[in-house]
Amino acid sequence: MAQDDHSGAELAAADSSHAAQEFAGSTGTAVVPYDAFENPGFEPHRPRVTDQDPGREKRAQRTVYTLFYLSILGSVWAVAAYMLFPMESNNVDAVRLNNMFIGFGATLALLGIGFGAVHWGKSLMTSAESIDTRHPISTSEATQRGAVEVFRQADEESGFSRRTVIRNSLIGALLVFPLPAVVLFRGFAPQDELPAELLSHTMWKKGTRLALDPSGVAIKASDVTIGSAFHVIPEGLTELEHGKLEEKAKAAVLLMRLEPGELNQLPERESWSYEGIVAYSKICTHVGCPVALYEQHTHHLLCPCHQSQFDVANHCEVIFGPAKRPLPQLPIAVDDEGYLIAQSDFTEPVGPSFWERN
Amino acid sequence: MSTASTRSPAPVKRSFTAEASEYLNDRTGLAVAIKGLGRKAFPDHWSFLLGEVALFSFVVILVSGTFLTFFFQASMAEVHYDGSYVPLKGVEMSVAMASTLDISFDIRGGLFVRQMHHWAALLFIAAIGLHMLRVFFTGAFRKPREINWVFGFTLFVLALAEGFTGYSLPDDLLSGNGLRIIDGLVKGIPLIGTWTSFLLFGGEFPGNVIVGRLYTLHILLLPALLVLLIAIHVGYVFIHKHTQFAGPGREPTNSVGPPILPIYAAKAGGFMFIIWGVISLIAALFTINPIWNYGPYDPSPVSAGTQPDWYIGFADGALRLIPPGWEFVWLDRTWSFNILVPLVVIGIFLLLVVAYPFIEAWIKGDTREHHIADRPRNAATRTAIGAAGVTFYAGLWAAASSDILATHFSLTMEGVIHALQAATVLGPFIAYFITKRVCIALQKKDREIVLHGYESGRIVKLPGGEFIEVHQPLDEYDRWRLVSHESYQPLMLRPNARGKITVGQRVRASLSRWFFEDRIAPVTRGELEASHTSHH
Repeated sequence: MAQDDHSGAELAAADSSHAAQEFAGSTGTAVVPYDAFENPGFEPHRPRVTDQDPGREKRAQRTVYTLFYLSILGSVWAVAAYMLFPMESNNVDAVRLNNMFIGFGATLALLGIGFGAVHWGKSLMTSAESIDTRHPISTSEATQRGAVEVFRQADEESGFSRRTVIRNSLIGALLVFPLPAVVLFRGFAPQDELPAELLSHTMWKKGTRLALDPSGVAIKASDVTIGSAFHVIPEGLTELEHGKLEEKAKAAVLLMRLEPGELNQLPERESWSYEGIVAYSKICTHVGCPVALYEQHTHHLLCPCHQSQFDVANHCEVIFGPAKRPLPQLPIAVDDEGYLIAQSDFTEPVGPSFWERN
Repeated sequence: MSTASTRSPAPVKRSFTAEASEYLNDRTGLAVAIKGLGRKAFPDHWSFLLGEVALFSFVVILVSGTFLTFFFQASMAEVHYDGSYVPLKGVEMSVAMASTLDISFDIRGGLFVRQMHHWAALLFIAAIGLHMLRVFFTGAFRKPREINWVFGFTLFVLALAEGFTGYSLPDDLLSGNGLRIIDGLVKGIPLIGTWTSFLLFGGEFPGNVIVGRLYTLHILLLPALLVLLIAIHVGYVFIHKHTQFAGPGREPTNSVGPPILPIYAAKAGGFMFIIWGVISLIAALFTINPIWNYGPYDPSPVSAGTQPDWYIGFADGALRLIPPGWEFVWLDRTWSFNILVPLVVIGIFLLLVVAYPFIEAWIKGDTREHHIADRPRNAATRTAIGAAGVTFYAGLWAAASSDILATHFSLTMEGVIHALQAATVLGPFIAYFITKRVCIALQKKDREIVLHGYESGRIVKLPGGEFIEVHQPLDEYDRWRLVSHESYQPLMLRPNARGKITVGQRVRASLSRWFFEDRIAPVTRGELEASHTSHH
C-alpha cells in the first residue's frame, strides 16, 4: 500500500503521537470497553487475475480499447442518424426514429467511454490503495485565538461595542433598507384590483346564455336529454379579447339533466333549475381542478385531482374527499327562444376557498 | 554578455507535458492543488456512488437545459399553432407551448434533448433522495458533517423547486392543472394566501405572466443557488474526507481507498459517462411528458388519472388523504385545514429531517469526530426512525396514485384512501417496531458469529454417536468488521454543577433511554476468550 506523501511524512510523524488527543472530544454516552479488540491492520494485498495472468491482462486491454472504439462508432452513428432520419411534417413516426437513432448513437458513445474507463481502472491500473491521515477539521487553538483576537481588535478600533448609538442606528438602517425592495413586489399584480373582489364575481349575469365548451354555441333546453351532461361556458366567452382563460377558470359550468323526481333540491333553490336541468360550477371547491368526471347512474361528480366527490342529486354536497363545500349552483332559466340562460351570477365565490371568502 | 556565458550548456530535452505544466504552474500555482489532491484516498463502496449519480445527472440537466433555452420561449401570448404536429394545427395555445412543440417536432434531436432533460431531472431528485437515505442510515451526518447535511437538504429542496418550475413551463394541460393546484393551495393559507396567489400569478389565475416568472426562477435563480451549494457541498466532502466503512486497517484517523489519480478518476469519470449513457438510452426509448397528447392549458378540461412528476407525489398525496370537512369559518374568515394540515405536516416532517443530526448529537453528547460509517443495524433506533420516515413518505406518495390504484386493482376509491390513511398514520409505528427488532436480531447474530464462528456445513459424528456441525472461527480481519463499532448507553440523569436537574436534561435522558435502552454491545476480547474456555 502506498503511504500518501502529500500530507507530509514529517507532519504525519509529528501527528501520530498527538492524533488521539487531537481527535479527543467528549465520548458522551458512548461505551468504550477496556478490552475492545484491536485493529488487526491491513489485510495482505490480493492480486487480481490481470496482475497474474498476462493472457487475461491482454484480454482486458483489448476490451478497453474496443469499448473506446465502439464509442467513436456511436458518435459517428449519432451524427449520421441526424442526417438519415429527418423530422418530416405530418409524420410522427419520423420524429420517433430521429429520437431513437440519435439516442442510440449517443448512448453507445457515452457507455463506450464509461465502461471502457471503469474497466481500465478496475482491471489494469495498479490496484494499491492510498492511505491518508485525517486531521481534525478544527484548526489549532492558536489560530482560533488569533481569529478571536482579530475580531476583538476590529471591535476596539471601530468602537462597534462602545459606540452603541452608532451601532444601533446602523442596525436599524440595515433592517429598514430592504423595505422599498419588498414593496416593489406589489407591482407583481395590477395596482387597481382587489383579489377578493375579483374572485367573488364571474362572467355570468342575468340573461347570459349557456353555451357549449369549447365551441361557444348556445344550448337549447330541449337539447338536454335526461341523463346527459354538458361542459358549459357563458356565451360570449370565446369572443373575449383579454382574460379569456381567467374568466373561464371561474365561469366553467357543468350542466346535467336528471329525472325531476331524483333531484333533492333545497327549498330556496327550487326555482334555480329547469325541468330537472341543473347547472353547477365545474371548479372544485378544494384546490380548483375542474370536476370533470360525471357518473350518470349515481349522479356523482368526481374531481380527478384529489378525488373529491359531489352528489348532484343532493345539491352537489361533498360525499367523499378533501373538499368541504358543495359546488356552487348557477341559477338557470329558459328565455323566449328556448335557450338556457343564467338568472344571475353565482351567489357565492366559486373555486378554492380563500381567506376573505366570507 | 557575461550572464549568457554562464548559462547551462546543452538544454535537456523535455516532454511537452512537462513544459505545459510548468507554463501553467508559473501562472496559476495549480501544482499545489494537484499535489495536494491528486493522490488523496477516496474510500470505496457502492452506496457512495448515489451522490455521484445526482451530480452527474445535474451536469446533463445543465447542458441539455442550456440547449433548450435557445429554442424555448417563455411567453404566454396566444398563437395559433402552425408546426408539424398535425392534430394540434390551428389550435390556440401559448407561445411557450408552441415553442415546446417545435422543440419536439421541428428541431432534429430536440425531442431527444428535451427527454434527456426531463429524465435526468427525475433521476437527479431520485438520486438525491437515495443519497440522503444512505447518509442517514450510515450515520454519515455525524460530526463534523452536520452542516453539510443541511447544505445537502437545501439542495434537495432546491431540486424539488427546480423540478416543479420546469414541469410548469410548457404550459400544457397537465402542468396547468399542477399550477391550478398550487394556486388553490396558496389561497388556502390564512391571511396572506389570497394576495400571495394574486401577486404570484400577476392577477387572477392563470394570468399571462406565470410561465415567464417561473422561467426566471428555473434558469437563473435556482440553478445559481444549486451550483453554488453543490460546490460547497462537494468542497466539504474534500475537506472532511469521505467516510469509510469499518475494515481492517481502517481507523477513525485515516482514510483508505484508491487514489484520486488515476483509479478514482477512471472509475468515477467512467461512471459519469455511464450515467449519461443510461439517461441517453432512456431518452431514446421512453417518452416522457408527451405534452402533445395533453394539449394546451385550459381551465375547463382535465383527464382522469392526472399525476404529477414522482417527486411531487408525496405532497399531492398528503392533500388527498385529508378526510372530508376540514374547513371552517371562524371570525368571519375561512380556515382551510384541508390545506393547512398537509402543509404543516410536510413542513414538520422536513424540519425533522434537517434537524435530525443535531438532535442525535445532543442526545449522545458525543463531541468526537466520526469518520467510520455505521452499519445500519448497529444504530438500531436510528435505523428504525429512518424506516418509519420512509414508510410515512411512502404512504403519502402512494396516495398520489390513489385513483390509479383503485382503477387498476378494481378497488373502491374510498377503500384505497381509507387504507392509505391507516398506512400513513399507523405504518410508521409498525415499521419502527419491526425494523428495530430486526436490527437487534442482526446484532445478536453478529455477536453469535464472533463468539462461536460461522456454520461450516461440515457435520461430524462424535464417538458417542452425537452429530455436531463444526463451527469455523472468523479470521481476525472478518472479526474486526463485526466488533469495531461502539455502543451507547442511556444517559444517567445527574444534577448539574448547581445541584439542579434541568428540564432539558430530563428530556435528553428520556430520549436517550428511548434510543439506547435495548443495547447490544460488540463482543470484547474477554468475552471471546471466555466463550472459548467454556467450550472445553
